[in-house]
Amino acid sequence: MAEITLIDAIRQAMDEELARDENVFIVGEDVGKRGGVFRATVGLFDKYGEERVIDSPLAELSIVGVGIGAALYGMRPICEIQFADFIYPAFNQIVSEAAKMCYRSNGEWTVPMVIRAPYGGGIGGGLYHSQSVEAFFAHVPGLKVVVPSNPYDAKGLLKAAVRDPNPVIYLEPKKGYRLIRGEVPEGDYTVPIGPAKVTRQGSDLSVYAYGMMHYYTLQAADKLAGEGVNVEVVDLRTLYPVDKQTVLESVRKTGKALIVHEDNLTGGYGGEIAAIIAEEAFTDLDAPVRRLCGPDVPAVPFSHPLQDWFMPNPDKIAQAMRELAAY
Amino acid sequence: MELSNDTQLEMYWMMLLSRRLDERAWMLHRQGKIAFHISGIGQEAAQVGAAFALRRGEDWVTPYYRDLALMICLGYTPRDFLLALTGKQGEPTSGARQMPSHWSMRKANAVSHSAPVATQCSHAAGIGLAIKMRKEDKVVLATLGEGSTSQGEWYEAVNWAAIHHLPVIFMVENNQYAISVPADKQMAVASSADKACGMGLRGISVDGTDVYSVYRTVAEAVADARAGKGPTLVEARAYRLTPHSSDDDDRTYRSREEVDEHKKKDPLIVGRRILEEAGLLDQAKIDEMEARVKEMVDDAVKFAEQAPYPDVADAMFPVYAEEVRRG
Repeated sequence: MAEITLIDAIRQAMDEELARDENVFIVGEDVGKRGGVFRATVGLFDKYGEERVIDSPLAELSIVGVGIGAALYGMRPICEIQFADFIYPAFNQIVSEAAKMCYRSNGEWTVPMVIRAPYGGGIGGGLYHSQSVEAFFAHVPGLKVVVPSNPYDAKGLLKAAVRDPNPVIYLEPKKGYRLIRGEVPEGDYTVPIGPAKVTRQGSDLSVYAYGMMHYYTLQAADKLAGEGVNVEVVDLRTLYPVDKQTVLESVRKTGKALIVHEDNLTGGYGGEIAAIIAEEAFTDLDAPVRRLCGPDVPAVPFSHPLQDWFMPNPDKIAQAMRELAAY
Repeated sequence: MELSNDTQLEMYWMMLLSRRLDERAWMLHRQGKIAFHISGIGQEAAQVGAAFALRRGEDWVTPYYRDLALMICLGYTPRDFLLALTGKQGEPTSGARQMPSHWSMRKANAVSHSAPVATQCSHAAGIGLAIKMRKEDKVVLATLGEGSTSQGEWYEAVNWAAIHHLPVIFMVENNQYAISVPADKQMAVASSADKACGMGLRGISVDGTDVYSVYRTVAEAVADARAGKGPTLVEARAYRLTPHSSDDDDRTYRSREEVDEHKKKDPLIVGRRILEEAGLLDQAKIDEMEARVKEMVDDAVKFAEQAPYPDVADAMFPVYAEEVRRG
C-alpha cells in the first residue's frame, strides 16, 4: 500500500468517483484549470473536462444552490467552498434548502451532494482563512457532517459521501493536507458515515477529537504513555449524526472524558459530547468532563504568537490530559 | 405557437378554477376554518400563460408561493389544495409539514421550495446545468415576485444561467408589492426585465393580465432555451388584488381607489373579453364553467373536512433519504 498525504487521498477519492459515475461533477472557485487553491482537484480538469470540473463564478451561495438544483435533477455534485470561512453566504442554501428538502417534501425530493470545505487554523490564515464551522452544521437535522483525520478515512469517507443520498458537509483539516500521511489502498473502498473509531486503546481517560486535533491528540497520548498514563483516543469522524454508542463505551471504560477541538469553546461541538456523557454516563464518571478548545474570540488571529495562543497543540493537549488523569 | 380554440378555453378554465379556489380559501379563513392563506389572485394569467408554454410534466418548474394557477396547470387538484389549507393527512406536497401554497410535485417536475424568497432561482440554474450536462431537450421555468429580484441570490442565479447559456426562463410575476413595499422601492429601473442587460441575457416585459400574451412571450423564450440560446428574463406585469396573506391588511399601505382601478384589469375580465370577442365564450358557457368549478371546490372542501389530521408518529420522518418509504 502506498503512503500518501491527506490531500492526495481526497483527490484520489474524487478522481475515482468521477470515473465511476458520470453523474458526479465538481464545482467551485478555481477548481478547474488551477486545480484548486490547495491543489485538491489538480489534474481532474484535464482528465474530465470543463463540463465536469466547473470553475464557478466567485459566489459561494450559488455554488451550493446550483449544486442543489443539479442534485434534485439526479446529478451528484461535489461543491468546493474554497475556505470554510467563506461558507456563510451559502448558509441559507445549506440549512434551509439542502437540509430540509427531504423532510419538507415528505421524501419526494432528496439532495445527494457533498460540500467540501478546508477548515481550521495553524496556517497563518488569520480570521478569514482559519475558521472551524462544524458546530453550525452539526446542529442541523438533514445534514451529515464528516471530518476525516487521516488519509485512509479521508478517501473512504469522501467516497461514501459522494454516494450518500443526503447532503454531506465534508470538512478537511487543511493544516494536515500535506502534513498527515498514511497508507491508502489504491482500489475502491468506503468508510461508512456514522461510526466513530477508537484509534488508541487506553484505560485512564478518553479523549474525543476529530480532524487536525485528532492528529495532535495521538501525539499527546504518546507523550503521556511515557509518563505512565494510558490514554484512549476516539476519532469522532462523523459529527452528525453522532455515534453515541462509541462515545459512551469509551467513557464507561475509563471514567474520564476530555474533548478537544480548535473551534471556540462556547456552543462548540464539544458541548454536545459533554452533554451526552453527562446524561447517559454520569454514574460512570470519576471526574468532571473537560473541554480543551479554542478561546472565545471571534476567530484565529494572524500574527504567529497570537495564532499559537489560540490553537490547541500536542503540548496543551498533553497538559490537559495530565490534569484530568491526576483528578 | 398558435393556440387552438379548445386550448384557449382550457387556459381560461384553469384561471377560473384557480380563482374560485383562492377565493374559497379567503372565505374559509374568514370563517375561522383555516389558519393561513397566501393568494395568487391577479396573477393567474401570468402563471397559466407560462405553464401552457411548457411541455408540462417533462419540463421543470421551480415555483413560488403565489403559483396556485401554475400548479393547477401541472395537475395539482382542488382536493390537494384543501388538504394543504387544512393541514390534513395525505397532503401531497409535504405531508402537511409546510404552510399552504409551498408547492412540490415530483411527478410534474415541480420542485419543493421554501419561504425565504429567490432561493428557488439557483436551484433552477442547477437544474438547467444538469439538463445541459445530460444534453436533454428540456427547460426550466423559475417563477418569482419582483421583490425577489432584490435578493443577491437572484442575481447569482441569473448570472450563472447567462454565463453557461442554461435553458432557464426566469419569470418575474411583478404584482407591484412585496407585502407593503411597492416596486419602486425595490428597484431603480422601470421594469425588472431591464435588469437583464447587465447580466447578458434577454429581458422582456409583457402584460401579465393577458394570458395569451404571456403565453406567446414565454413560448418564445422556451423555444430559445431549447435551441441552446440560453436563458430569458420575462417580467409579467400584474397586480396583487388581495392583501399579501390572510395576516396582512393592505389598507394600511395602499388606497382602495388604487386597488379598484386595477380590478378593471383583472386577468379573468381580460381573458373573458378576448374570448368573447373571438366568439369562443358566452354567458351560457361561463355559467356552465362556474357550476363545474363550484362543484369541484365544494367537493374539495368536504373531502378535506372529513380527512383526518396527520399522525404525530410520522412527524420524525423522513429527515434523511434512507428513511423515505417509497411505494
